[in-house]
Amino acid sequence: MLRVSSNPVLDTVVKLVTTAVLMFAFVFVVMVPLYDVLCDALGINGKTSGQAYTAVQAGVDESRTITIQFVATNNEGMPWEFGPSVTRMLVHPGASNDTVFHARNPLPRPMVAQAIPSVSPSRAAAYFHKTECFCFNQQPLDGETATEMPLQFIVDRDLPADIKTITLSYTMFDVTDMVGGAVAAR
Amino acid sequence: MGAHHHGPAKGLSRWLFTTNHKDIGTMYLWFSFAMFILGGAFAMIIRAELFQPGMQLVEPAFFNQMTTLHGLVMVFGAIMPSFVGLANWMIPMMIGAPDMALPRMNNWSFWILPPAFLILASTLFMEGGAPNFGWTFYAPLSTTYAPPSVTYFIFSIHVLGLSSIMGSINIIATVMNMRAPGMTYMKMPLFVWTWLITAFLLVAVMPVLAGAVTMMLMDIHFGTSFFSAAGGGDPVLFQHIFWFFGHPEVYIIILPAFGVVSQIIPAFSRKPLFGYDSMVYATASIAFLSFVVWAHHMYTVGMPVAGELFFMYATMLIAVPTGVKVFNWVTTMWRGAMTFETPMLFCMGFLVLFTIGGFTGLMLSIAPADFQYHDSYFVVAHFHYVMVAGAVFSMSAAVYYWLPKWCGRMYNETMGKTHFWISFIGFNITFFPQHFVGLAGMPRRIPDYALQFADFNMLSSIGAFIYGASQILFLYNVIATIVAGKPTSDEKTWDGAEGLEWTVATPAPYHTFETPPQVK
Repeated sequence: MLRVSSNPVLDTVVKLVTTAVLMFAFVFVVMVPLYDVLCDALGINGKTSGQAYTAVQAGVDESRTITIQFVATNNEGMPWEFGPSVTRMLVHPGASNDTVFHARNPLPRPMVAQAIPSVSPSRAAAYFHKTECFCFNQQPLDGETATEMPLQFIVDRDLPADIKTITLSYTMFDVTDMVGGAVAAR
Repeated sequence: MGAHHHGPAKGLSRWLFTTNHKDIGTMYLWFSFAMFILGGAFAMIIRAELFQPGMQLVEPAFFNQMTTLHGLVMVFGAIMPSFVGLANWMIPMMIGAPDMALPRMNNWSFWILPPAFLILASTLFMEGGAPNFGWTFYAPLSTTYAPPSVTYFIFSIHVLGLSSIMGSINIIATVMNMRAPGMTYMKMPLFVWTWLITAFLLVAVMPVLAGAVTMMLMDIHFGTSFFSAAGGGDPVLFQHIFWFFGHPEVYIIILPAFGVVSQIIPAFSRKPLFGYDSMVYATASIAFLSFVVWAHHMYTVGMPVAGELFFMYATMLIAVPTGVKVFNWVTTMWRGAMTFETPMLFCMGFLVLFTIGGFTGLMLSIAPADFQYHDSYFVVAHFHYVMVAGAVFSMSAAVYYWLPKWCGRMYNETMGKTHFWISFIGFNITFFPQHFVGLAGMPRRIPDYALQFADFNMLSSIGAFIYGASQILFLYNVIATIVAGKPTSDEKTWDGAEGLEWTVATPAPYHTFETPPQVK
């Protein structure tokens, strides 16, 4: 067995303390990144990519029509008026689609918001590509002003055949107080 | 008197500065009993509120603090320290060592515990109240929506985690380096084996718990977003990290209990333990499996089907080594010359009730069925069958079994048996009806309930008061034994008991095995 010291008790203690320290580090440097990597790789948890998708010309599959539903929710305490311009769209896989969400800050002070997307069924998340999304960045908005926020997306032609409807949900968070801190926008 | 034959120092300094494993074990045991009473008082408030439907005695916010503190105090304050205390007392005597390997660290690991729980209990008097997010402290309840006292809670978790890690390192160092000549690993008593494996589990997962609360601290005070979706984090990540600690934690609680039962059943069956080797391997298998089943606590978070299947089958696999243990205990009793003194009664109670808890655990492991059971009183019934009837019953058995060796006085057998029967009946009246209300849909951690659950809840509360009262009898019996029990100087209190601890004088002298015994 590996010996780190001539005193056997000290030897055991050094190894165990090392194990405990490594397990503490394991949480931060392995578990947290691994969770994100697994969610991305397996497309689970309804997470869509946080990066803009570069469209590839693959042609439009007009034989299939997919219903896209848009849901907008405010997180607790978020006062913005926030919603999709249309709640439902019929799209063909492979085609590029545009829509806008509108938002209004009713308070007299500037605020910053962050929208977090989630796709249901979660299996569809990997096939829902956003070429442009307001959720890629934080959205600053002056007091008592309104804005239109664009969303451009393509449904992948490889979307499993049994998926007929995809629901894209956005939750709007107030991150005014977090701006300046470490914020990983998604 | 030779220079190295010190007796204990006098007065308070004996306890403050002691490095003696028996003194420290005693302090651990008394401390854990005090926490058992405190956690029990919280439980009594919960059951009093639930005695009738509607809001009766306490505010909902206070009720939430009670469920949270009851869980935290019982798990970290009562059960874990009680087994550490037992390990301190018994492991050196069982392996023929003069003391623990690191006596000064032993003192330190005990003495940081009371301040940790003082801090935790003091949150009750803080503005905004004590932690109210359940003992599992899921984010964002414990971060975004937590009361300000959560920072004190985090600090106390850090401190008691440190205490557990130091205690475990000490136990491993003792078992690996201090065994008497001839005491090979496969000759060690099962209590030592189960504790050795438990200590490895603790060293592996207490740092994970520390990591989880550190992330909470950073999210709350330093602007990180580990568990905040707004900043790119994910609250579900918290549950993964928590249960990666939390599932091994339930075996940390129950494995030493298995060890105790494996010492006591052979003694009162007057037969050696059946299948010693398979017991050791079963313990190791349970410990290994405990690391790959954590997500069965969170089937409803929206995992992919493949994940649900993996965690379901892996969880069911644990029933195999656990079944090996139960069958070995039953087979040990088979055709033994059995007698039913109090320690044996508690072990038999353990065997029956723990097996029921194991079966409900199997029911909960079935992912599709769990969607109905999740967060219902069925879960509450399940884990009280394994925690109370498992860990606490075996701890009571251990106290009755070794108390004569510790203090040289015999406890009152009639009172002991009365304690057992009141506990057994009270426990079942409390928790058996909770299976039914849980299956019928009563959610846990809610201060009110629908009218159709009223009768079973009243029954549950009555049972809880009976069970709680029986612990006062236990306390009285232990104190009466120490103060005025019938003196005994038999080295072997029980004629069927085996092991080195029964070869030393009764009561156990302050220092034992200063010259190591020869183990054949």
